[in-house]
Amino acid sequence: MSGNNVIGEAAIRAGCRFYAGYPITPQNELTEYMAEHMRTAEGGVFLQSESEIAAINMIAGASATGVRVMTSSSSPGISLKQEGISSMAACELPGIIVNIMRGGPGLGNIRPSQGDYFQATRGGGHGDYRTIVIAPDTCQELADLTMDAFDLADKYRTPVMILADGMMGQMMEPVIFKKPKPRQYPEKFMLRGAGTGKSKFIRGLLLDPIDSEAHNWKLARKYQVISENETLFEEHRVDDAELVIVAYGTAARIAKGAIKRLRSQGMNIGLFRPITLWPFPEAKLRTLSAKVKNFLVFEMSTGQMLEDVRLALQGYANIDFHGRPGGSVPTPSELANVVARIYNKKDL
Amino acid sequence: MLVKTIFSGFGGQGVLMMGISLANSAMNKGYHVTYLPAYGAEMRGGTANCTVAVSDEEIASPIASEPGCLVVMNSPSLLTFQNKVSEGGTIFINSSIIDMRPNRNDVKTICVPCTDMAQELGNTRVANIIMMGAFIRELNVVSPEIYLKSLESIMGSRKKALAEINRKAFAAGFDYIKD
Repeated sequence: MSGNNVIGEAAIRAGCRFYAGYPITPQNELTEYMAEHMRTAEGGVFLQSESEIAAINMIAGASATGVRVMTSSSSPGISLKQEGISSMAACELPGIIVNIMRGGPGLGNIRPSQGDYFQATRGGGHGDYRTIVIAPDTCQELADLTMDAFDLADKYRTPVMILADGMMGQMMEPVIFKKPKPRQYPEKFMLRGAGTGKSKFIRGLLLDPIDSEAHNWKLARKYQVISENETLFEEHRVDDAELVIVAYGTAARIAKGAIKRLRSQGMNIGLFRPITLWPFPEAKLRTLSAKVKNFLVFEMSTGQMLEDVRLALQGYANIDFHGRPGGSVPTPSELANVVARIYNKKDL
Repeated sequence: MLVKTIFSGFGGQGVLMMGISLANSAMNKGYHVTYLPAYGAEMRGGTANCTVAVSDEEIASPIASEPGCLVVMNSPSLLTFQNKVSEGGTIFINSSIIDMRPNRNDVKTICVPCTDMAQELGNTRVANIIMMGAFIRELNVVSPEIYLKSLESIMGSRKKALAEINRKAFAAGFDYIKD
């Protein structure tokens, strides 16, 4: 299945019953999949909205009623959704936002890119908030982590972003779907009509700064718990590595191809792959820098995750960078040449 | 074992279908596979290509720096990709509409006049399947039985009528290499 279809199928299996979206390449297959398959999912609603802004606000509303919700788009469309994402974070509404990144800035192009790292990991919209950001690198991981994303969103009552790119979205790989966990979401957070009971209220507008500050600190404590407990990463052949590439998503796949090639030439290269981009697995990366002193950050951007790697390593290791922004997808041999040059220059 | 192949041609020639059918049949045989398409915004015309990797172990990168095989259905594709093919690799050429030949002598070239052959079968749209017959015969990654069964399941019930001509087309390409 293609990555886009995998996300759709995983979402439906995880119990997503409300999807709203607006077409944009290269994520169209996901919207198309939901249009076809939400009909047959019991209680499923598919809505092609009039705009990306409408879609994010529709899922916010549906989420408030206690339904599992998802929307998806690609870079320019995700920019439009930011006000709604900020609002969902403020109102503590769980929901999944899928960004199948393409070349930017502006309308850019429809080729795979990783230029939305800052937007995704820094919140993107206004105000003091964070979104959990998950960046899979295989179709199998897309399946597993999309399901997990719904559980995380419920657990912390917060929007979660799946950050992939045009290549992840359109690439096909075989996939086995795991059994989703039964949902545990307290009814007290669902707005379903008060009936004879006490009315419930969900809002993001807190005009009194005392209330607002308290709410901000409450959110901050939640983000603290998330960053302590929910980091995911993969270490690939780092045990004897003299140089470690740091890359995520598609770039990590290219890196794995390059590493295979470089290892066969006798160079000890490994890969550190953050799977959650926020929270960034900085503690683990710092631990790794105790034995590895040379890192190469590789991104399909001009260097965004690079800043998080610098913050994590705090000057304790050398950091080089190789980037291809704007929709260019480098080959494994290109990256291998860059790595070999650095490796030989440093006489590793 | 790792075989990476780039299929390339005009949009509408069934180039992506060639890749999808290979990827599916190799998956059904139990191999690891990746399929990576790249195409323009046009429905027909424009260019389309895809990269398929088939391996008996996990596939690191779905992108091919130096594919072992290249299947080209039109001239621009040959010009674009011929120098990416690894030394000792194989280039399949739709010789009905490509007059050029590769400018390298370190690769094996297989010419299949698949558009003409498809015309003889009465449907030019099966040129891609004729080429797949030749490809499967030469590369031997999956058996013809597995390939044809996978192809039918991808085509789905809507296109049952095409199954027969596809089978004929595949056999024509397969036998073309045998002779």
